[in-house]
Amino acid sequence: MTEAAVCPVPHENRTHPLGPPAGFEEAISAGPVRMLWPNRVEAWVVSSYAGVRQVLSDPRFSANKDGQPEMRTEGEQVLGLPEPGNMNVMDGAEHLRLRRPLARAFMVKRLNEMRPRIQEIVDEHLDAMERAGAPADLVSSVCLPVPSLVIAELLGVPPEHQELFQATTREMFGKNGSRAEYEAKAAELGGVLMKVVEEKKASGTTDDLIGLMVNDTDFDMDELLFLAIGLLAAGHETTSNFFGLFTLTLFENPDQLAILKRDPSRADVIVEELMRYTVGRLGGAGLARRATEDVEVDGVTIHAGDWVAVTFHANLDEELCPHAGELDLERRAVSHLGFGFGPHQCLGANLARAELQILLRTLFTRFPDVRPAVPLVEMDFREDMITYGAATIPVVW
Amino acid sequence: MTVRIDQTRCIGSGQCVLAAPDVFDQSDDDGLGLVVVAEPSAELLPGVRDAVDRCPAQVVTLEE
Ligand code: HEM
Ligand code: SF4
Repeated sequence: MTEAAVCPVPHENRTHPLGPPAGFEEAISAGPVRMLWPNRVEAWVVSSYAGVRQVLSDPRFSANKDGQPEMRTEGEQVLGLPEPGNMNVMDGAEHLRLRRPLARAFMVKRLNEMRPRIQEIVDEHLDAMERAGAPADLVSSVCLPVPSLVIAELLGVPPEHQELFQATTREMFGKNGSRAEYEAKAAELGGVLMKVVEEKKASGTTDDLIGLMVNDTDFDMDELLFLAIGLLAAGHETTSNFFGLFTLTLFENPDQLAILKRDPSRADVIVEELMRYTVGRLGGAGLARRATEDVEVDGVTIHAGDWVAVTFHANLDEELCPHAGELDLERRAVSHLGFGFGPHQCLGANLARAELQILLRTLFTRFPDVRPAVPLVEMDFREDMITYGAATIPVVW
Repeated sequence: MTVRIDQTRCIGSGQCVLAAPDVFDQSDDDGLGLVVVAEPSAELLPGVRDAVDRCPAQVVTLEE
């Protein structure tokens, strides 16, 4: 295999707000290709469905970003996500030690029990949006507040601390502040969480995530606080951005939106297809790993020490499903890569699923005529947050 | 046809439960995957194959 040309990973220059960076699809079309990340680190970009699954599940690829902090995503760099509890960059037993004790809080049946409460939170916010009247900004009225309230519920933040907790998380993750602002807010949030931790210790509960970590794991205080803040960071903006992106994707595809309106009870399958298609279409270099040995992927040898960036574009690979480049809400749920794959697959996936299903079903059932108030191309998108998304989505109904 | 989960590498993601709720469950103790029907009938097999495919830790197996 001859060395492929090294070209920059195209970034921040999407020709369509829901499409890939310009030139990206052409660049990856011939198989694994070496590209430069925006921070000038060279990485192999892997884009086939099988190749991405292989990289994310083969233990010879490490998630450790030590010595190469610039391989973190931009959002991770801005936030400087805390270390002791950052399972995202750990491998093997060290990773399982932090991750496994949390699995109980995200069990499918636990989250099913939470659905009525999520529904209540969604209803309250849609009520408020209706009372305030059209036009409304879907992002500030629904996308941002709902996930943060749901996570507070999962963590077990009691009502008397909710207000401060919400205000702090909103300021931390709701806008694009500086590192210093983030750290100041993180310290304030840490203070609230410390109080919550003391209360959980006193009550001995394991019924919520903080109680579980305090009373039923060997995590030390640093790990525990950082895990709680990390979960907030990971679960807040992702879910809210994706709800916005899904809604915009549906507005762009009225024939598909009609399928959801016709049978909202299929919201579970519909969310999987929206996830597959939306992240696949956005493409770009997604998750980073580093080879610890020479490994063959898609016909090229990736050498020990080489960086690999897998792209979600793999969700559009025909190997995953037929007519993969099209949104088809009548498709059965397929094993897409929107939540990743392998041991690091999103811990919050089932929570995000429940939220997105309830949000989509309720929005389009209660407001069947909801539609964008301005054309998509005039909306403001943010590329610099943890994940990509629309800053505001003005709607009328 | 026998369904197994290698719990030593299971991360308790529950993807198997989503794929085949009649065959898999998660343990109340630790959230790890459990096989409730080890010898599933023919109509349950598509769901089991789906679970084999979706399991992020690749620890669900079906011995044909
Ligand atoms: C639509 C919403 C979401 C999307 C698209 C998403 C996506 C992802 C992806 C792709 C990964 C894998 C990262 C990697 O392999 O390097 C991941 C990991 C993770 N996610 Fe999510 N996520 C979402 C929501 C959430 C929520 C709601 C939570 C928590 C409440 C959460 C917590 C986490 C955590 C803790 C990890 C690290 C897991 C590990 O390293 O073992 N995510 N997420
Ligand atoms: S899908 Fe795999 S990792 Fe997830 S609970 Fe089932 S067996 Fe465990």
